[in-house]
Amino acid sequence: MNFPFLTKPSPPVSSPLDPADQTAGAIAAAVAAGKLSAVEATDAVLARIAARDGVLNAFTDVTAERARAKARAVDADIAAGKPAGPLAGVPFAVKNLFDVEGLPTRAGSKINRDRAPAARDATLIERMEAAGAVLIGALNMGEYAYDFTGENVHDGPSRNPHDPTRMSGGSSGGSGSAVGGGLVPIALGSDTNGSIRVPSSFCGIFGLKPTYGRLSRARSFPFVMSLDHLGPFARSVEDLALAYDVMQGPDAGDAACTTRAPEPVSAMLSQGLDGLRIAIAGGHFQKNLFPEAAEAVSRVVAALKVTQVIDVPEAARARAAAYVISTTEGASLHLDRLRTRPQDFDPAVRDRLIAGAMIPAPMVDRAQKFRRWYRSRVLDIFKSVDVLIAPATPCIAPKLGQATFVLDGVELPVRANIGIHTQPISFIGLPVVAVPIPLEPMPIGVQIIAAPWCEHVALRVAHALQQLGVAAAPAPRGVLENGSRSA
Amino acid sequence: MAEPSHEDWDDYIDAVGRALGLPIEEAWRPAIRANLAVSLKMAKLVDEFSLPDEAEPASVFTA
Repeated sequence: MNFPFLTKPSPPVSSPLDPADQTAGAIAAAVAAGKLSAVEATDAVLARIAARDGVLNAFTDVTAERARAKARAVDADIAAGKPAGPLAGVPFAVKNLFDVEGLPTRAGSKINRDRAPAARDATLIERMEAAGAVLIGALNMGEYAYDFTGENVHDGPSRNPHDPTRMSGGSSGGSGSAVGGGLVPIALGSDTNGSIRVPSSFCGIFGLKPTYGRLSRARSFPFVMSLDHLGPFARSVEDLALAYDVMQGPDAGDAACTTRAPEPVSAMLSQGLDGLRIAIAGGHFQKNLFPEAAEAVSRVVAALKVTQVIDVPEAARARAAAYVISTTEGASLHLDRLRTRPQDFDPAVRDRLIAGAMIPAPMVDRAQKFRRWYRSRVLDIFKSVDVLIAPATPCIAPKLGQATFVLDGVELPVRANIGIHTQPISFIGLPVVAVPIPLEPMPIGVQIIAAPWCEHVALRVAHALQQLGVAAAPAPRGVLENGSRSA
Repeated sequence: MAEPSHEDWDDYIDAVGRALGLPIEEAWRPAIRANLAVSLKMAKLVDEFSLPDEAEPASVFTA
C-alpha cells in the first residue's frame, strides 16, 4: 500500500558493539551469559549521557555512584553463581516524581527541592532493581506533571531526540527524551491524562500505560490520585513487557493498587493476532487530526486489516470530565503551596491550578458520576471487540514554545489540546500501548487500547505491528552529540 | 440567563480567592480568568449531561 508520508529509517542499533545501543533484553542476556558486565553496561550508558544530555536535557540527576555500586553488586552475584535477574545489568531512569533514596522528590518543581531527601526508593524502583536493573538517575518533567509539552521553567525543556528544537512531550518529557535519544533502554514515567503516551508519540518510542491500579504508585509524588498511573517506556515491545512484568504485584503502600497476582506478559507477545477482534475508535478519535496523525492510524489499521469503526460514545465529554477532575484535584493537592509560595510555581501551572480551585464542587461530583456512566458504556464496547485503535496525539511534536496550532480550521492552544485523544482513555483507566510510527520527518504514536486488565492483548497487537515493521522506534540521527552535559 | 461578564469573572475570582486564602497578584488575573473560562466550559459540558438521581460516582467508598 502506498502512503503519502515517507518512512523514517530505523536501524535496530546505530552501533551494535556499544551496550548503550542495545535493548534491555540483549543487555540482560549478555550480562547473564558473562559476555558483558553490569559495570560495563552502566559505564556505557553514563558515557552516552555525558555525550548527549547536553543537547537533550533529559536528566536532572545522574546517580553515577549509586549506579556503579549496584552494577558491581549485580556482577558479584552472578560471579557467585546466583541466578541473574531478568533485567540483570539493565540501566534505567525514572521521572523525577519517583522517590529516589537520598534525593528530594522534585516532581519538576522548584518548591519540592526543599523537601527532605527521600528515605526509600519508590516501589517500582525497588522491583526493577530486585530484577537486576541499575538505576542511573532521575529525569526532567513538566512541573507537578500538569503538562503535555516537556517544557520546564526551572530546569529548561527536555528536548526531542529527532529534532531538539521540538517538544519531547509531557509531562514525562525526560523519560521520552532519554529513551528516544538512546540514553537508557528503559525509563519509567507517569500518566494522568496522557503523560506516558504523549512523550512516546513525540519521541518515537513504545510506552505502556497499564490499567489503573495495576502498578503501585507508592512513594511517587501524585498529581490526581483518581487518575494517576505509572508505567514504562522502551524502544521495543519486548523491553516494555520485561519491565512491566517485574513491576507487577500488590502493594499496601498504594490504596488503589490491585490485589491481583502478577500476570506476566512476556511469554504471550508472540501469540500474534489470532482470535483478536480489533476496531478503529470513531467519532471524537477521528476528529482534530493533522494529516500525519491520520496517516499513522491508517498504517496501523491497514497492517492489521481492520475496517470496523466503533463510535466511543461521549468521548469528548469524557475528556472534559477528565479535565475538570484533574484541575480540581490538582488544585486541592497544591492549595497550601498556592497560598504560601505562589511565586515559586511555573506561572502557567500556578494560574491553571488557581482557576481549578475555583470550580464549584457540584461540577466535580458530576464529573465523577459521568465517569462511571462512561466506563459502563465503553465496557459494553469491549464485549464485542478486544482492541480499539486511536491516535495518540493530534500532531507530531510541536516546536518548543509553540503556543497554538490550527486544528480543523480553528486556532487552539497547544498545551490544552495535545492530550485530546489520550484523556478519554485514561479517564476510565484502560490499558494502552502507545506504538511509534516512524514517519518522516518526525515519528508519531498510535494508541492500542484494550479492556481493563488486558495489557497482554494490547502488547500482543503492539508486538505484531513491530514484527510487521509498521511500528518501530527510529534511531536519532547525528544531531545529539554536539553538546556535553556540564554536570 | 446572561453569560457572566468580564467584571463578573473578576468579582468571582476576588471573592473565591479571598474565601480560599489565595493571594492573587493583578498580573496573574488575565491568565487565571482565561483558565477559569476554559475549565468552566469543560465543566458545563459535563453539567449538561443528564444522569439519573441514582448515579454513583466513580469512586465508591468501601468500609
